[in-house]
Formats: sequence, structure tokens, C-alpha cells
Amino acid sequence: MQDLGIRVLIEGNNLYRLMGGLLVTVKIALISVIISIIFGIPFGIVMTSKNKLLRLVCRAYLEAVRIIPVMVWLFIFYFGVPKLTGIHLAGDVVSVIVFSIWGTAEKGDLVRGAVTSLPKHQKESGKAIGLTNVQIYRYIIIPQSVRRLLPATINLVTRMIKTTSLVVLIGVVEVLKVGQQVIESFVLQSPSASFWVYGFIFFLYFIICYPISLFVRKLELRWKE
Amino acid sequence: MDIDFILEISSLYLEAGKFTLKLAFIGIILSLLIGIFCSLVNYYKVKFLKKIVNWYIELSRNTPLLIQLFFLYYGLPKVGIKLGAFTCAVIGLAFLGGSYMAEAFRGGLEAVSKAQIEAGLSLGLTKAQVTRYIIFPQALAVSIPSIGANAIFIIKETSIVSAISLKDLMFVTKDIIGIYYKTNEALLMLVVAYLIILLPLSLLLTYVERRLRYAGFGN
Repeated sequence: MQDLGIRVLIEGNNLYRLMGGLLVTVKIALISVIISIIFGIPFGIVMTSKNKLLRLVCRAYLEAVRIIPVMVWLFIFYFGVPKLTGIHLAGDVVSVIVFSIWGTAEKGDLVRGAVTSLPKHQKESGKAIGLTNVQIYRYIIIPQSVRRLLPATINLVTRMIKTTSLVVLIGVVEVLKVGQQVIESFVLQSPSASFWVYGFIFFLYFIICYPISLFVRKLELRWKE
Repeated sequence: MDIDFILEISSLYLEAGKFTLKLAFIGIILSLLIGIFCSLVNYYKVKFLKKIVNWYIELSRNTPLLIQLFFLYYGLPKVGIKLGAFTCAVIGLAFLGGSYMAEAFRGGLEAVSKAQIEAGLSLGLTKAQVTRYIIFPQALAVSIPSIGANAIFIIKETSIVSAISLKDLMFVTKDIIGIYYKTNEALLMLVVAYLIILLPLSLLLTYVERRLRYAGFGN
């Protein structure tokens, strides 16, 4: 039989399946990012508090998440937690949990950086005109931090999408797994399928992440002043 | 927790840890070379090369290492390029790390003031000498913290090479879980192994970062 070559991608519903696989990764990434933002913002603000013990606990969490590779965290939650607690979780649930924990730490650190980089007099002026702590955050700190934060947060989305490619290693059926299935089922008709399929997936990731990175750079340039 | 079992498997982890370190070390060195090259090309705006370098950086920064490895290891043999798993991992790490290192150096190069370069030129140094003796040492000092952070990043990224069946720490862990079903012991050793490798580096980096602030030129 002749070699299908690149045509393996459009044969049958292969393209549709690959896209479906990609959607799984992107979905995990987006859900994790949303959870990370929701928890990361308060976490970051807590990290700027004056309470030493509180800061120490936050710091420990951040460093623990950062120093151990995400892959190891996935293993711990996928293999270790069921053994310890008896709770069995599906791969995609584990992924969302791990990436949320990771994302919360990263987002928290971004928030901390943005808040502490604001000049001190901003907060003090707020206090001087009699605003409460909540009002200071609501009207002074948060609006100014958002500008500093938005590019980094969008960057976090691309990092998340790239890192969620790891979920295939704990058995989630995403684009790489679907790619393997396609390659296996077309191994006779198309011996070179793996070159095209993996090349295509490589390209897919690029066309998702590249526009986002470009956008971030534009944003950073515009908001530089 | 089975202490005897942990002692029994610790030699496996030692072996795998050495492998992880070896792979990461080669990856870091190659990334540094690629990074220096790319950042210099961009710094001197070398015409044609600059375009290639920029495309390489975009490509490497916007795709995950795992996909790069799959393409190298499973995809390329089909078009006649057969590479060993270890070579693939090294190429993948260098390909990924190179762009991160380039970014680190870019920051350093930009920090070298124009006056420095002009002073060098007016002393009669050639352009190559200015790069070698004036720009490079200062840029290196400024970019050391980000180079260190990237080195740690590369070590962490090696944790996925088990996907192309290299026997690193993750591979050994998965093996032990599969064969003996001693999940807790295996995972504990895995975390300990990574901590032994990464914690000292991370602490050293914090220390160096603090020291470097005193080494700034002119302030």
C-alpha cells in the first residue's frame, strides 16, 4: 500500500480527533489558570502581610511547589494520594488539582511582586485621606497592580498550556495520546505517520502559544511607561 | 514505610540521580553556548542570522519539551534521521534551554553601558577584544542570577525524559511502583532525590544573587 505521508492527518476523522485531544489539554490549562487566579490573588496579598509566621508559611508553600518538578507532583497525586487516602482520582482531575496548586503559587508570587513594587507612599496617602484597608486595596493597590500583572498572567497561560502537555504521562487522553492512536491505526497504510502527526502537534502548540506571546510583548511595550 | 526496602532501592536512585545530573549538565552547557551565540547575534544585529535566531527562539519558547522529544525520538526516524534516546534528550534540552539562556544574556548585554564600549574602542581595542574583555565579563555577572534560575529549570525539565524511555529518576520510580507496588517508598525517594539535587543549587543561587548586588559597576 502506498505511503499516505502527510495525508494521514486528514484521513477519516483524524484531524477532528487530534483537535479534540488538543481541546482536552487546553481545557485543563484554562480551568487551572482560572482556579490559580482565584486563589493566587489572595495568596499573593497574604504574602505581603506583616505577620512573619504567615509569610513563612506562604514562602514554604511557594518554594516547595517550585523546587519539585511538576512531573513529580503529578506522580505524587496520581500514585501516592490514592495509596495513602484510598481516594482514587481520574488523571484529568489530578491534573487540574496539581496545576492549580502550581499556578496558585506562581500567580501568588506575581501578585506579591506587583504589590510590593508599588511605591509605599501610595498606600500611605490612602491611609492619610482616611480610607479603610479594603478601600485602599479596592481603589489604589488593585487598579495599579493589574497593569503590572496582566502581561505576566497571560504569560502564565502559555506556560500552563505548555506544561499541561505532561498530563499524557499520567494517562490522560489528550492530543499526544490521540496522536499515538492515529499512528497505530495507520501504521500499515502510512509508515511515516509519526513524523507527520508529531510534527503537526508540535505545530499546533506553536500556533496556540505564539500569538499569546506576541500579544503579551505588545502589551508590555505599550504599558512600559 | 519500609526502611529496608528504601535502603535496597537507594542504589537504583543513586544511579538514576547520576544520570539525571549528567543529562542536565550536558543540557545546561549546550544551552549556555546556544544562548551566548543567539544573544550575541541579536546584540550585533547580524543580518541574516538574526532572523534565524529569532525564529528559533520563538519556536523553542512556544512549544513544550515533551512534544519536541516525541518529534525527535518517534517522528524523525521515519524520515531517515535516527537518533538515540540520549541524543534526543540532549538536543531537546539544548533546544529548549538555549532560548531561555539567550534571554538571560540579553538582559546582561543590555546592562553594559555604551560608555564602556566607547572607552574600550578609544583605547584602540578591536571589536572582538571589546566583546571578549569588556562586554562579556560584565554581561555575564549581571545575568548570573537568571542563568542559575535557567539551570534549575533545565534540571527540572529533565524529569520528562522517561517518556522516551531514558532511565532517569522518574523512570526508576515508575518501575518500582509497577514491580513492587511500594508507592509511598518510591515517591518519597523521588522527592528526596530531587531535593538533594535542587535544594543546594537553589540556596546557592539565593546566596549568589545577594552577593552580586555588591558587584554592580559604578554604584
